[in-house]
Amino acid sequence: MKSTISFAFIFLFCAILVFAQDQPLTNPVGLKKIPSVELKTLDNKTFNTADISNNGKPIIISFWATWCKPCVNELTTIADVYEDWQAETGVKLIAVSIDDSKTSRNVSPYVNGKNWDYEVYLDVNSDFKRGMNVNLIPHTFVLNGNNEIVWQHTSFSQGSELELINIVRKVAKGESLDAE
Amino acid sequence: MRYKYAFVIVVIIFCFFSNSPARAQGVEKFLKNSQISGNFQFDGMYYNKDSMIGAPDVPQKVLMNAFANINYTNGPFSAGFRFENYLYPLQGYDARYKGIGIPYRFVSFEKDKFTITVGNSYDQFGSGLVYRTWQDPSLGLDNSLDGLNVKVNPWKGITLKGIWGKQRFYFDWGPGIVRGADAEFSINDIFTKLNDKALRVSIGGSFVSKYQEVDDPIFKLPKNVAAYGGRASVSYKNFLFNGEYAHKINDPSTINNRIYKPGNATLIQLTYAKKGMGFYLAAIRTDNMSFKSDLNAEGNDLNINYIPSLAKQTTYSLPAIYTYGTQPNGEFGMQAQGIYTFKKKSKLGGKYGTNLSLTYSRYNAIDKKQIDENTPIDSTGTLGYKSDFFKIGKNAYYENFNFEFSKKFSKTFKLIVDYFYIQYNAAVIEGHAMPNIHSHTVVVDMTFNINDKNSIRSELQHMYTKQGEGSWAFALVEYTIAPKWFFSVSDMYNYGNDISEKRLHYYSVATAFAIGSTRIALNYGRQRAGILCVGGVCRYVPAANGLSLSISTSF
Repeated sequence: MKSTISFAFIFLFCAILVFAQDQPLTNPVGLKKIPSVELKTLDNKTFNTADISNNGKPIIISFWATWCKPCVNELTTIADVYEDWQAETGVKLIAVSIDDSKTSRNVSPYVNGKNWDYEVYLDVNSDFKRGMNVNLIPHTFVLNGNNEIVWQHTSFSQGSELELINIVRKVAKGESLDAE
Repeated sequence: MRYKYAFVIVVIIFCFFSNSPARAQGVEKFLKNSQISGNFQFDGMYYNKDSMIGAPDVPQKVLMNAFANINYTNGPFSAGFRFENYLYPLQGYDARYKGIGIPYRFVSFEKDKFTITVGNSYDQFGSGLVYRTWQDPSLGLDNSLDGLNVKVNPWKGITLKGIWGKQRFYFDWGPGIVRGADAEFSINDIFTKLNDKALRVSIGGSFVSKYQEVDDPIFKLPKNVAAYGGRASVSYKNFLFNGEYAHKINDPSTINNRIYKPGNATLIQLTYAKKGMGFYLAAIRTDNMSFKSDLNAEGNDLNINYIPSLAKQTTYSLPAIYTYGTQPNGEFGMQAQGIYTFKKKSKLGGKYGTNLSLTYSRYNAIDKKQIDENTPIDSTGTLGYKSDFFKIGKNAYYENFNFEFSKKFSKTFKLIVDYFYIQYNAAVIEGHAMPNIHSHTVVVDMTFNINDKNSIRSELQHMYTKQGEGSWAFALVEYTIAPKWFFSVSDMYNYGNDISEKRLHYYSVATAFAIGSTRIALNYGRQRAGILCVGGVCRYVPAANGLSLSISTSF
């Protein structure tokens, strides 16, 4: 597989040249946008992540799966306070399930059975997970009103939701997260 | 080789030219849209000798798996690669991973209604019964297709895909060529009149063929093997039905003992979901449906298709000891699940609501009859067997009944109680002589919140069984200081083993630190093979004794 190495070197070289200039790497603030990937809705429609929107208000994206206990724990914990969070900050939580075809059809009954009010999408072959560079789940992102990633966190423990809502509050007010 | 260097030079010149002041504005725009992201994961372990638990001696003492993904995007253009490093791979991962390399790289762009990817790609047609390429580093699995992947949406509601290439095989390619196409039609999106109808229908079809140069002194082996399938999904109000059928022509392989019988697979799923409740019914029948790009491949190597398992998956340590494994040569499986929430402030719901779920799943053999009186079932070089589609085989492979109660009692106390009955055909699933396991497991999972940041979670589990290794007890205490720190102590005790020397403790001490997207975890102890969930994440851990370090981050 020597060709793969040369291929990568070309890529690296070009990337280094781009880096070498004293220009900002991404947009002026250095924030990343989410990639455009096709997901499925629970009623089998196609949804593109480029269309994710909350009218300029903050968005939480949570990667989870029905078989992942800490993920379910996180979403259950937030479900109890979600109404208050929405009323206070206007935040929307998007739960992206990485259940593959063995459990993906089970997501809709599961989410309804748990009485969750989230916007839920299926990432059946982990395309969005790869695009967002997620290694382990639960992995949670906070996006600002311009759909830029301003914060992320891996794993969940009781009480982590308080840090999450604090971040969302700051984002909703347009405050900087530098202190985090 | 020369043309490659020429290409490198062209690319470099291009990069330099794009720096010239004349194009500064263009460069600025280019850079503004440029985005580099990636991730990194390292798992290393120091192994102690431990013949008691059957941990093999590790001559290198320390082993490691690591990878890094680097992705570049600029509007419709994206490119990326994954660097992988296994020196040597951790216990439980295939030894053929040993090495360093870049087994995954791609360039992709979107233009008009096309998305064209060259290099490695992951994709699936329908549920994957004829084609699925995917990757799971915790399972040590990657069957990505290196070649072409073209997707086009010629009309709203129509998606066409084409793939052509070779599959990744550790740090090399598999010998076969895989070619395929898929079409999906979402009827309601195609006809504007039907856009808002409650009845939604989509249909799809796929065709995949593999070509492999094969020469066998005894058998006439097919060089081309095709598989094709059709699917339909219908939803109406709270109901959703999904049906898929796939067929594969004769494909004598190592897995099916070189029989010439064609294969097929059927998957049917029905769900009903309404706020507060959900029901799921599913059945799968597969018959000789292992489809690989090398007819000599074994295990999980070079799978072209994917057979979803309908067996209940659990992450609690004791019931996870007996987890079902898909039988590639044929199985008949089903699952039924109901999940219900008693609303907040109702009689049974209490202040925070109460959640109940019931799951039943079962796997049996498919019906197999001799093709004639003189030929035993699965005889090499024959049609193998005859099978009645609607007849379920007598041999039971697996059965799982699970009941779960979950409730938050107060701001400070949450409780989950689980019961599992598992029947496990070890002879079939593990492939060695062992009696059928019948086990009963109870799990009590409690979370106490001391204050906003500090909490204690405890799991108590007990599995009763007379077969296999006998009964087990398990206890775990986790202490977390949200959101950064995690500590845990656990012990899994095989107190019911018939052999008194094997009544062992699998103790474990762990700590983890998480900040942003970075997580560092240290673990010391003994581990059984299985899916392990600690400190808020799940991954597969093989049997071992030692000290492990995991680092995961993304940027």
